Amino acid sequence: MPELFIELFSEEIPARMQKRAEEDLDKLIHEKLGARGLKWTVSTTFSSPRRLGVCIADLPAKAADINEEKKGPRVGAPDQAIQGFLRSAGLASIDQAQVVEDKKGAFYVARIERAGAATSAIVQEVLPEIIRQFPWPKSMRSQSSDLQWVRPLHNICCVFDGREVKIDVVGVGSEAATWGHRFHAPAKIAVKSFEQWDRDLRAAKVIPFGGNRKDYIVEASKKACAERGLEWVEDPGLLEEVAGLCEWPQIIFGDMDPAFLDLPAEVIRLSMRTHQKYFAVRDPKTKKLAPHFIAFANVQAKDGGKAIAAGNRRVLSARLNDARFFWETDKKTPLFTEERKEKLKKIVFHQKLGSVWDKVERVKALAVELCAVTGADKEQVIRAADLCKMDLVTETVGEFPELQGRIGRELASLIRPTGEVTSKGASAVSEHDSVAVAVEDHYRPLGPNDRVPTDKVAVTLALADKLDTLAAFWSIDERPTGSSDAYGLRRAALGVVRVLLAGNERASLNKTLLGALRPFTTDDGEVMRLRNFLREFLFERLKVQLRDSGKRHDLLDAVLKGQDDDLVRIVARVEALDAVLKTEDGANLLAGYKRAANILAAEEKKGKWSAGEARGQVDAAKLAEPAEKALHEALGKALPAARAAVEREDFAAAMKALSSLRAPVDAFFEKVLVNDSQEQLRRNRLLLLTRLVEATSAVADFSKIEG
Amino acid sequence: MANDAPRCFQDVILTLQTYWAEQGCAILQPYDTEVGAGTLHPATTLRALGSKPWRAAYVQPSRRPKDGRYGENPNRLQHYYQFQVILKPNPPNLQDLYLQSLVRIGIDPLLHDIRFVEDDWENPTVGAWGLGWEVWCDGMEVSQYTYFQQVGGLDVRPVSGELTYGLERLAMYVFGVDRVYDLPFNDPASATPLTYGDIFLENEKQQSRFNFELSDAEQNLRWFTDAEATAKRLLEAGAVLPAFDYTLKASHLFNLLDARGVVSPTERQSFIARVRDLAKGCASAWAESQNA
Repeated sequence: MPELFIELFSEEIPARMQKRAEEDLDKLIHEKLGARGLKWTVSTTFSSPRRLGVCIADLPAKAADINEEKKGPRVGAPDQAIQGFLRSAGLASIDQAQVVEDKKGAFYVARIERAGAATSAIVQEVLPEIIRQFPWPKSMRSQSSDLQWVRPLHNICCVFDGREVKIDVVGVGSEAATWGHRFHAPAKIAVKSFEQWDRDLRAAKVIPFGGNRKDYIVEASKKACAERGLEWVEDPGLLEEVAGLCEWPQIIFGDMDPAFLDLPAEVIRLSMRTHQKYFAVRDPKTKKLAPHFIAFANVQAKDGGKAIAAGNRRVLSARLNDARFFWETDKKTPLFTEERKEKLKKIVFHQKLGSVWDKVERVKALAVELCAVTGADKEQVIRAADLCKMDLVTETVGEFPELQGRIGRELASLIRPTGEVTSKGASAVSEHDSVAVAVEDHYRPLGPNDRVPTDKVAVTLALADKLDTLAAFWSIDERPTGSSDAYGLRRAALGVVRVLLAGNERASLNKTLLGALRPFTTDDGEVMRLRNFLREFLFERLKVQLRDSGKRHDLLDAVLKGQDDDLVRIVARVEALDAVLKTEDGANLLAGYKRAANILAAEEKKGKWSAGEARGQVDAAKLAEPAEKALHEALGKALPAARAAVEREDFAAAMKALSSLRAPVDAFFEKVLVNDSQEQLRRNRLLLLTRLVEATSAVADFSKIEG
Repeated sequence: MANDAPRCFQDVILTLQTYWAEQGCAILQPYDTEVGAGTLHPATTLRALGSKPWRAAYVQPSRRPKDGRYGENPNRLQHYYQFQVILKPNPPNLQDLYLQSLVRIGIDPLLHDIRFVEDDWENPTVGAWGLGWEVWCDGMEVSQYTYFQQVGGLDVRPVSGELTYGLERLAMYVFGVDRVYDLPFNDPASATPLTYGDIFLENEKQQSRFNFELSDAEQNLRWFTDAEATAKRLLEAGAVLPAFDYTLKASHLFNLLDARGVVSPTERQSFIARVRDLAKGCASAWAESQNA
């Protein structure tokens, strides 16, 4: 089968967009060629800074022939109908149609036979469409052309079955050719096939596949480190980026002045990573950074890379010198200073929500309340709250905003003179360890994969910070919409859920949310309204969290019915319910419940049963059948047992009590006719079913459970 | 001198001027109003608009009051030079032309690692943006390379290619100098060798003092308001170029206020928006006159 090869040759495509572009190209090719009746099995995409493309190994030379029958009007139909039929079937006259007879009489049939179009013609039509519709995250025009591409597009190389296919896009060349490495092999290379293109490009110092470049980078880095008894610090995001920044990666193993290792490791890594795209290297034993870096150049330099290594070293030194200047300045004062506090008062948290310091004050008050839940030390929580945003106005965080919290922790951990002199000399202390940890960890978890804080002080502050953010934005009606969540409110809510669950923190959401909302409004009705919204928002996040951890989210709906507002207890219920439903007894009990509920609903609908009647008592003396007597007895035991177990939060025991009903319920439905003609018997039986529904609702609303 | 490697700071400038003159650029002189970047020269901001072809190159002294370090930081200056090139429409081989200019300065692309790293340029105060790269040489940014898409909030057609060389940084790299003040300014073998520091160190010290300690914030605020009002009046009178001058003055006065630390983050947004409104007014009036 013939091969189709397409390479779009352009100026440098941003590294972060290359992988996605391959996926988009593959998707569009499938859609567009597929819609034209072409089928194939093997396609391969590739990308590098200067190229994006695809090869399909087995494409037919032409699309399948179209062979169809179109049924028309009956013979003798009005002319209007005949003309319409001719137009839709593409016939010149009715003589070209055949006449077919069936039971109802004779009618016209058009047989349409169209040869499938040549594949190269289809590609010529479809590829310009793909190029014009390509979903780059950001695109631009060039020269006087209207074409939008990520950067100027220079050539569309399209080869089908060994022959060049010209592609007509205004302002862009179309030659069966490519070009090698920008500096090593800039000459034009004719393209005949995928295999030859790949071979010639590699000879022209271009590795056209991102995966190959990544493999090479990993291998070269590990080898260089192993030779020196060091360890490469892996960084998948950086690897992806570095592989997207070169066509011919060449390792540069560089040195840095060991004196820089005094800086916080995060500062060094960030300087190397974000600004320079260098990998870090560490000592395999101590796991501390080693005074080296690994960079990848895009050129095999004439001097073996000496000038490049020296240049990169100088650039890194300049960066780290800057960083050191900031860090030394920050270290001169303790983390908490009145000056920094004044600065925080001037930073607007949000126009309608006051300054960052205003937020600190609110968080502090809420965190103190939460100590009752978390059991954290109140004094430490107050201190941590005062310190937690201070690093936002440090020089280091000004330069590296990603280090917020981290730098605060480093500064809080430094040992400083207290100014007091004791018999042992001048005393010096750092902040309490829990306080320092809380300064960093109160931002956590930063995303679904980030760890949650574990120290009680950090837990308390993390909850208070997030709950305050949620309450604040809800109070000014800034809520996440389907597409945007500018203030990270979903993340904050998920954070609250995860921190509460991980720490087994038994908080009443209702009470906690009221505390968080208090600073924003004094109107009781408004407070209640916002609280209910926020509680539902947190429940939504809990549902997502449960779903992501493989739990059934419908079970959450079932247990939420019962006004519970303690997430830990709610999840325990979900888990108990999940466990029991997985047993045969549980599944049958659910079926029994559904049957009971259906009968009651049907009777109610017919007007033969009412809520008033449902409140009546079973008349034990009138129970006739053994099966209904047994159910009555079982309910009499199970209901109080389940309620007592729920009371002591032993949901597994509650479920067990309920599942003991399975056998009597099954027997009841098998042996007993509910709608007996004797009203007395019927009423008693409906009451038994009502009691059954009530018993299950002690644990969960079974009507919300699917299946 | 075409193939002689530059030996000093001014050689870099002369080499770039000669090279871009060979590419058909008009070699202009710096604009005589304080600006924060070479882009703000009307030869770029305004000429990027409209359909008429345009090619120009020039050195532009740029003032960033907040970046002053009293002459103590080895790379940060409140007054420095940019070399600016604008070609409208962008020639299809602009990347090659640019790389050739580096070769002329003495950067051999088979000895050094030259890379085009995504960097989308945006200047909110003049409502301009474009896509392009920062160009790296051995891990150091030596130029900004942009395809203008909008200026003053208007789509530009045809597109201009804009190159900005950070001259001090580039020269420091080429000459292996770690402190900007040590750069040889003229030929070190000449009778009167001068370093960058001989010429600019005192200026950095005094101007930093002015920017951070001595400038009169109240006066600058008044002047900002006056410059803004004048720019609006001139725009209404159809005098676009003078109006643009007053827009640049307002922009610089805002930078001075900012350096004094008297602009809160919220006010900051509103100052930027006010300058942007002026710049947009100038841009649309200029574009109209160009396409008329």
